[in-house]
Amino acid sequence: MNLVFYLLAALTIGGGLAAVLLKHLVHCALATTVAFAGLAMLFLQLDAQFAGFAQILVYIGAVAILIVFAILLTRGSELPKDGVFSRSWFVGLVIAAGVFAVLGWAVLESMRALPQQTAVPAVTVHDIGIALVGRYVLPLEIVALLLTAATIGAVIVAMHEKERPR
Amino acid sequence: MLGEGILKGMAETAKNFFGSYVSKERLTTVEYPEERIPAIEAARVFPFLVYDGADWEAGLRCVACQICEKECPPKCIYIDKSKDKKPDYVGKQQFYPTRFDIDISVCMSCQICVEVCPFEAIKMDNEFELATDDRFGGLLYDRKQLARSNEYYHSIHPTEASEVDARLDGEKAKVEAKAKAAAEAAAGKAASEAAAKAAAPAPPAGGGS
Amino acid sequence: MATSPLFTELDQIFIILRDWLVGFLPAALRPAAGVVLCVIIIVCLFPGLFALTTVFERKGLGRIQNRLGPNRVGPFGFFQPIADGIKSLTKEDIVPFSANAVVHFLAPLSLVVAVFMEFAVLPMGRNMVLVDMDAGLLFFFAMSASTELSVFMAGWSSRNKYSLLGAMRAVAQMISYEVVLLLSSVAVVMITGSLSLSTIVAAQNSYTGIFPHWYIFTPWGLAGFVMYAIAATAETNRSPFDLPEGESELVAGYHTEYSGFKFALFFLGEYLAMFAISGLGTTLFLGGWSAPLSFLTFIPSWIWFFSKVMLSIFVFIWMRGTLPRLRQDQLMNFAWKFCLPFTLLDLMVTALWRFMGEGWLRWVVSTAILALAYVLMGRMGMRKEHFGPRRYRYAE
Repeated sequence: MNLVFYLLAALTIGGGLAAVLLKHLVHCALATTVAFAGLAMLFLQLDAQFAGFAQILVYIGAVAILIVFAILLTRGSELPKDGVFSRSWFVGLVIAAGVFAVLGWAVLESMRALPQQTAVPAVTVHDIGIALVGRYVLPLEIVALLLTAATIGAVIVAMHEKERPR
Repeated sequence: MLGEGILKGMAETAKNFFGSYVSKERLTTVEYPEERIPAIEAARVFPFLVYDGADWEAGLRCVACQICEKECPPKCIYIDKSKDKKPDYVGKQQFYPTRFDIDISVCMSCQICVEVCPFEAIKMDNEFELATDDRFGGLLYDRKQLARSNEYYHSIHPTEASEVDARLDGEKAKVEAKAKAAAEAAAGKAASEAAAKAAAPAPPAGGGS
Repeated sequence: MATSPLFTELDQIFIILRDWLVGFLPAALRPAAGVVLCVIIIVCLFPGLFALTTVFERKGLGRIQNRLGPNRVGPFGFFQPIADGIKSLTKEDIVPFSANAVVHFLAPLSLVVAVFMEFAVLPMGRNMVLVDMDAGLLFFFAMSASTELSVFMAGWSSRNKYSLLGAMRAVAQMISYEVVLLLSSVAVVMITGSLSLSTIVAAQNSYTGIFPHWYIFTPWGLAGFVMYAIAATAETNRSPFDLPEGESELVAGYHTEYSGFKFALFFLGEYLAMFAISGLGTTLFLGGWSAPLSFLTFIPSWIWFFSKVMLSIFVFIWMRGTLPRLRQDQLMNFAWKFCLPFTLLDLMVTALWRFMGEGWLRWVVSTAILALAYVLMGRMGMRKEHFGPRRYRYAE
């Protein structure tokens, strides 16, 4: 584990912490963007070029903007009256600890289950493409269907308001 | 077809771009202040007072009738009438303005003062480079600054000035003709009176001895 | 292509210079020093081009509009950018009191950083790519997507409703046209079979007779290039898509509250984005650094690349002088109702082209489909709406 990994991990965790601790919601969204960028750089550090750039393109270029638009178009931009810490924080802490435990166990188990891989697998974009339309074509189509449904739903929700004020 | 208008527009702008290097009508910019567009004849900026002859005080046409002061919409003309009179271009005794100020920061160049002046004394100038850094008196023009000769008037508005001169000469000629006729009539009357007077005392002088 | 060694050396002169300079350092530092040197050159060259472009733009627009451009500073006004630079550096840096100071400061910074990164993957000449990445095209679009976020940051942090409105419009426009941009590039990727930009240029570097194999000379390439050009104009907020910074409408849109050097950074960012996107368009469709005719290959490759980029810039300036601004809803209509369907069709025609095999038939079929689609979609998608009483979606 080298220095770059620790720096990037610190950046990602810092972004995530800022995203939940800051008061103003748009600041939180921008901190989330920093966390996304940290994740993308972690992918790049693992030589997964496609995943890293796709992360930047999709998450920072589209998802972060979507989050920000959602905040601005609803009343989320006002400062919360009761502060940012919720009253049921203990339950949240327990759930978060549970999820962390499961993820940590999975990662540690995978280190033991898979043979020691020191060489970086050379996965080119070509291989990803072939995998997507070969082995993983069903998930691809399901995701496409889901996105189409979401788009149609958004259009319907936006259009419906035209009929109501009569 | 979609995009046709855009292509036509782009052809037009390309013509403009390349044409501006070769033809004058595609590049109508004048690099002021090195070059200037000559003013057209009817251009007007602020008024000035016309004087005939060489001496501006003696030849000033204005007779301080104060019509322009009353008609001026923003009231930017200030006139003081004199107490004595001096002869005008036809010889008649007229008042003259001891003070004639125009505030050119107020003047709106409407030309009403020129239209109502019965004596062709106030006309529009076309000089516009009048910026000054003295904002307390620099834009209040007095009599001396406003007076310009009739030759200058001819140089900036030739047709108008010729018309005005023709009219004034006509008036002068009429007045002179009337004066001459009156003088002839008076001379004729004096001659007939003298003849009558010469004829009348003759008989009593003959009856005396 | 038999070129004499002199011309080959001229072609590779920057590589040779770099290797010579870097040769003075010990062998361990050489790769890093080479990269640093190239970065320094890019950081100095493109802003210099930007300065030149501002003069060309002002004088070009002036001539188009029947007037002279600036002509007082220097010969024919070509030192004007120096005067502009001095002015923007000495102006007071005003940050509004209620503005979010950190985000306000970071917005122009993140814009310029993201845009400079885009130049890292452009092949500016033979062997002249800074980083020859396998997924170079994807990297370019990733950086281009990051600029949208910084536009939003600028508009929101100014705490000014006009800035926010300008920023929202800008982001909506940039997202919509980014889809068109990406899809028109995907056609090129499909034919080349690689996301690496140097591979794409190498695929276009062959000649039949004297004519080059540039993608713009194919029917799908021409259609793709037209869509790419429209989307590129919209991505960089250039006329006729410059509503976000519409000078007569929103003061200055999302960079209203920026003065002095930060405004200069926004300006720089916009023009550099123009250069980068022109560079990408050149690489994808106009053959990158390859010469237009086979007997012209003696002219160095970097001259061809920069000539093509500057030609694109002149076309941008020309469009700016010609077209009036599009309204937001016209802009969005155009993107989603015409550009996107046409680009999708272009993708399918590209696939058809690929699988039909060599010969004249694929030319005829592709041209016919694309021309028919253009005319039909133009008539249907862009039909003028009937003027009736206006229905407001949210105001009632």
